[in-house]
Amino acid sequence: MTTVDLELGLKPKDFKSDQEVRWCPGCGDYVVLNAMQSFLPSLGLKRENIVFISGIGCSSRFPYYMNTYGMHSIHGRAPAIATGLAVTRPDLSVWVVTGDGDALSIGGNHLIHALRRNVNLKILLFNNRIYGLTKGQYSPTSETGKLTKSTPMGSLDHPFNPLSLAIGAEATFVARTLDNDRAQLTSILTAAAQHRGSALVEIYQNCPIFNDGAFDVLKEPGEKEQRLIPVEHGQPIRFGPDREHAVLRNDRGGLEIGPYDENRVVVHDATTDDPAYAFALSRLSTQDLAHTVTGVYRNVDRPTYDDQARAQVSAATDAKPADLRSLLRGRDTWTVG
Amino acid sequence: MQLTGDRFTSEAAAFGNDLATLPNFPAEIRAPAGTLPGVSSFQLHFADDDILTPGDRPDVLVAMNPAALKANIGDVPQGGTLLVNTDEFVKRNLGKVGYDANPLEDGSLDAYQLLPVAMATLTQGALADTGLSKKDAERCKNMFALGLLSWMYGRPTEGTERFLREKFARKPDIAEANVLAFRAGWNYGETTEAFATTYEVAPAKFPPGEYRQITGNAALSYGIVAAGQCAQLPVFLGSYPITPASDILHELSKHKNFNVITMQAEDEIAGVGAALGAAYGGALGVTTTSGPGIALKAETIGLAVMQELPLLVIDVQRGGPSTGLPTKTEQADLLQALHGRNGESPVPVLAPLSPGDCFDVVIDAVRIALRYRTPVLVLSDGALANGSEPWLIPDVDELPDLRVTFATEPNATDGSGEHWPYVRDESLAREWAIPGTPGLQHRIGGLEKADGKGSISYDPDNHDRMVRLRQAKIDGVEVPGLEVEDPGGHADVLVLGWGSTYGPIGAACRAIRKRGQSIAQAHLRHLNPFPANLGEVLARYGTVIVPEMNLGQLSLLLRARYLVDVVSYTKVAGTPFMESELVDVFSEHLGTTLAEAA
Ligand code: SF4
Repeated sequence: MTTVDLELGLKPKDFKSDQEVRWCPGCGDYVVLNAMQSFLPSLGLKRENIVFISGIGCSSRFPYYMNTYGMHSIHGRAPAIATGLAVTRPDLSVWVVTGDGDALSIGGNHLIHALRRNVNLKILLFNNRIYGLTKGQYSPTSETGKLTKSTPMGSLDHPFNPLSLAIGAEATFVARTLDNDRAQLTSILTAAAQHRGSALVEIYQNCPIFNDGAFDVLKEPGEKEQRLIPVEHGQPIRFGPDREHAVLRNDRGGLEIGPYDENRVVVHDATTDDPAYAFALSRLSTQDLAHTVTGVYRNVDRPTYDDQARAQVSAATDAKPADLRSLLRGRDTWTVG
Repeated sequence: MQLTGDRFTSEAAAFGNDLATLPNFPAEIRAPAGTLPGVSSFQLHFADDDILTPGDRPDVLVAMNPAALKANIGDVPQGGTLLVNTDEFVKRNLGKVGYDANPLEDGSLDAYQLLPVAMATLTQGALADTGLSKKDAERCKNMFALGLLSWMYGRPTEGTERFLREKFARKPDIAEANVLAFRAGWNYGETTEAFATTYEVAPAKFPPGEYRQITGNAALSYGIVAAGQCAQLPVFLGSYPITPASDILHELSKHKNFNVITMQAEDEIAGVGAALGAAYGGALGVTTTSGPGIALKAETIGLAVMQELPLLVIDVQRGGPSTGLPTKTEQADLLQALHGRNGESPVPVLAPLSPGDCFDVVIDAVRIALRYRTPVLVLSDGALANGSEPWLIPDVDELPDLRVTFATEPNATDGSGEHWPYVRDESLAREWAIPGTPGLQHRIGGLEKADGKGSISYDPDNHDRMVRLRQAKIDGVEVPGLEVEDPGGHADVLVLGWGSTYGPIGAACRAIRKRGQSIAQAHLRHLNPFPANLGEVLARYGTVIVPEMNLGQLSLLLRARYLVDVVSYTKVAGTPFMESELVDVFSEHLGTTLAEAA
């Protein structure tokens, strides 16, 4: 288990490495980095017990800037690499930093399998809906019809909704936030860190160079109130300038958006075991960002892969001594001479 | 059929014969029975002498149906014995494999000693009182055949009976039926006049010690467990099922009590990735694969090269390219193992030469991985994986000490008190500083690193230096010198092989020496780096023959590295070389040299 020591007295600056941060000016990644460095002291973990593992992409430079252990690995594979580390090292807090291309395109397989196994990993998915590092091709979360260097006539693919995907894989912790909402980001990171098992946190992140303003409608006063649907565990889901809209149960067993109605409004329960509820929440978000649900969608308990893998080793060790001589001899031997 | 072969092998081993086996089965799990592609066979060579191969041509062929007869009769020398299950030789089955007439009756097998036995009928008869259905009873006919063979060769039977009872422990009636069938086969031999002859193969003369029978895959697995114990590290295996490597995953999964964690990953890439993650955390990371699996792992092996972390990668080579021949053997991954990654990406490569040698090679590979902090590739192959031989059980106290020292103190050479991940020791290895160690927080990755400090560096001179440093580290890996077997020391022809060809090459060399001619043999267990004396050994011989089950990959390396025009002999048929074929090939060159000398 990770040891928590609130007396460490670490400050945000203690989590800054000596490497010069090289993201473009105004990149949303800075906000997340700062939030992370500010929030980590509150976890009470020693720096040496925290590991950031990333894949490839702009966001995957993240580990270099943290004064913790870190690995900048290869494209898409961070969840697999982090799984091996988490399984063998229960004393570590293991974080994966990834992007929409890294996690959902080349690494889609590893992502869904880490989530279904429920490995103790905190996965931060920086979604800027574009390929930044390779200079501006469309990504698996880009809206259909996106004009980019590789799609001059518009992209054809239907995008992933990353949270629908994660919930489909029965992830035990799923949340979404925005790079400009430091308070929500911090509270979600805290909840993710406290969750035992895989946590997927999608962060809408602006790329001012190749996809500037992709999330502006969710940030501009006047617009954002109509579109953002923040959810809080135990609270009725209401939004709008005057909280006049709400998420309601419809008679087809799903969820819909409508005028607030005391009798039909959904009270958010992130601990709902059936993933269908969180999935329905995720479906309220549309690729045109007409509505976007933020907050912790789902936070349920399920045994983790790594805890169980270690339990099997302990059980086997208790049941049978590690007698190498007897293993090598096997059962049928004969003696010569 | 594979089970029957395994049991007869165990009986031979328990009796003290030397042996070598060659299982051969279709890639399809349920290939249509009775058809030529569906034939599953198991070749066993056992003797009272030290032997090296599964044998070129069997003295006895047990054919359970016409397809098996047709597929294998070509291998049996005239005068050989054919033990045939006549129940299957009915018109329909004969027709399926293109026999117009019944070969058991038309005289076409007159050159052989034919022993026709209605095995299914006899088995059903023996099991009539068990209450088993006809179909279930018929399934026991392989055990009948095994009992009959055991009688013919005077094999001990207790082991097989015990094995059957354990194997079918959950189905005691099936266990008893198999034992009954096995005994019925034995008794049939004893009471039937047709079997006038029995064969006696006396125990072989081995160096003294305790022996067991072992397959290459089992030896690899035990080697991994033993290496973890010798290093006092937890073992983490990340693997994806693939033929014929899966048995290593199965075997290791049984030994969690040795602090072994096995993970069946979502794909080949995740298998090696998770192993690398575990290695980063201070475990002995291992991944196993075959065929196209090694191609999928290439990118992560490259990352391990860049990160300079220990990692054991086992490739059980099979027929390729692509899916190729999953259950057949080949040695065609050598160049990929050495060079199959982007950039200059050197890794040590080792290859075991026999099933038992897989154990020692894994231990040596782990030694290198841990000491030099590098991924290491072990190239086994399909013939070694499933083939077996008697194995002198290693003395646990004699196994090497593989313990490692993790970094505990910052090592920056500028007095900053930081940890610099790419500071090297005298063997050019960097420190293994695992997460959780206070004060040593650092970042590694796939981008080029500044020499020493380890931060990202795009500096051209630094890159050139780092490429050369990584190469120099691997070139400097200490490997034992190459030993040459040249009794008398007059040979002018050297045969140089690697991997599982050791058996047939050795057998062929012995046969040639028995004829009174000289020939030298050497076998490479280290393919990268090569033993330091290899160049000198090559220079000592007028002719160097390099037999390989590929199109000459080692030959290419030898020619390039040592400017020696070796003679390449290659075969890529999915089956091991035959002793007789190699004798012919080697003889051609002996002839020339004798003539030239004269
Ligand atoms: S390209 Fe975009 S995502 Fe990448 S660093 Fe620049 S602004 Fe950030």
